[in-house]
Amino acid sequence: MRRSFLTPALWIPAGLAIALLGLPLVALIVRAPWAQLPELLSRTEVLQALGLSLATASIATLVSLVLGIPLALVLARSADWPAVPRRLLRALVTVPLVLPPVVGGVALLLLLGRRGLIGQFLPFQIPFSTTAVVIAQVFVAMPFLVLAVEGAVRASDRRFETAAATLGATRWTILRRVTLPLVAPGVSAGALLCFTRALGEFGATITFAGSFPGVTQTLPIATYLELQRDPDAAIALSLTLMVVSVAVLVTLRDRWVPGLTS
Amino acid sequence: MSLTAELRADRGAFSLDLAFAVEPGGTLALVGPNGAGKSTTLGAIAGLVPNRGTVRVGDRVLDELPVEQRRVGYVFQDYLLFPHLTVLENVAFGPRATGMPRAEARQAASDWLARLDLAALAQRRPAQLSGGQAQRVALARALATDPEVLLLDEPLAALDVEIRADVRAELASHLADYAGLTIVVTHSLADVAALAHGVIVLERGRATQRGSLAELTAAPATAYVERLTRPVE
Repeated sequence: MRRSFLTPALWIPAGLAIALLGLPLVALIVRAPWAQLPELLSRTEVLQALGLSLATASIATLVSLVLGIPLALVLARSADWPAVPRRLLRALVTVPLVLPPVVGGVALLLLLGRRGLIGQFLPFQIPFSTTAVVIAQVFVAMPFLVLAVEGAVRASDRRFETAAATLGATRWTILRRVTLPLVAPGVSAGALLCFTRALGEFGATITFAGSFPGVTQTLPIATYLELQRDPDAAIALSLTLMVVSVAVLVTLRDRWVPGLTS
Repeated sequence: MSLTAELRADRGAFSLDLAFAVEPGGTLALVGPNGAGKSTTLGAIAGLVPNRGTVRVGDRVLDELPVEQRRVGYVFQDYLLFPHLTVLENVAFGPRATGMPRAEARQAASDWLARLDLAALAQRRPAQLSGGQAQRVALARALATDPEVLLLDEPLAALDVEIRADVRAELASHLADYAGLTIVVTHSLADVAALAHGVIVLERGRATQRGSLAELTAAPATAYVERLTRPVE
């Protein structure tokens, strides 16, 4: 039998890592004001923030689907492009994943703000509106969807598309009836990841959209602000966000797609 | 309607240079060792491989048409049935894609399934089919598009040896009913005997012998044909 490399020297740091990841969540559950939870969660400002978060994250996910699936298809089929534009495009999609969200918020202000690159020409104001919340969420969350769908498209067998063409299908029909249905698991996994990322968005939102109750004050922002005023309410809100995230994780279980992890 | 094909295609160091004609209703067999260009030949006719020659079916020049307008049915070696569609939806796919209304397409597909004795499997997914069943579904799917040319790439190669003879006999009877012309790629003289009227031996992208099975057996032109036609001891 092979000797295991799992010596105590490995178990100790690994155990610390597990504690670091798990104990905060335990603390959140243990210290949650369970008795007051119904009252805390039924407050107007909480319901307002929850509603705004669910609505904006849903719209951001829809926008990401409409714009992100075509981008994922372009990206998946960019293999025969010259190296420079191909790498630039890939970098562009990946940047929001590594960029601090607050930097994304500043960048969005510089583009769409009142004196921004594009914003100065607009007859209406985008920053500090609900629209700004959605734009900030799309900016940070869409790459998750794009990379998930792209991975699924790359992994799917292109010969099914060939077979469809010999059956008389045009490129549009092939896309609609063969390519997209075959990558549907990747699309739903990507959409769920995108939704949770949008739901948790904080940095870009508060920078670009501010914190106006009912207009731009989403659940994470409300949580942060409540922590100064009413810690119990903050805990209750955190618990809500955690439940949603865990629910998404459970839904994703086996649909984790290649391309996200690499 | 007859088919005349002049095929000139390059794939890296490999080149295909082949000309042949198939009479209306006829079935041509292409045999040859691996890498001889058999699949390239089918691909060039279907429009999946660029062809520098000319392929005509009747008075239509196929090379001017995109794949989806060639009316060339292709049964792939591993069938490529759409895994996300039922058997019925797979067969209805071609008629639907060419603009037939949904209900009509499903009816047409049902008719084809009935003709190929597949009606009981209509609601199954490809993953739930045996090899022989999948082969028949692939044939039904190609025929449902009403192709003028039917290409079969090693139609029996993916099947278990025990059932090949039965499936071959069925395939022969379906091809006999089919009005268009057929080109079948195979490694097996039994397929040639059961399915085809004439045969072309393809080696390294060139035809090395043409004729009937009897002519090949009587006077093999190359070592490959000699080995192929030698009686099994």
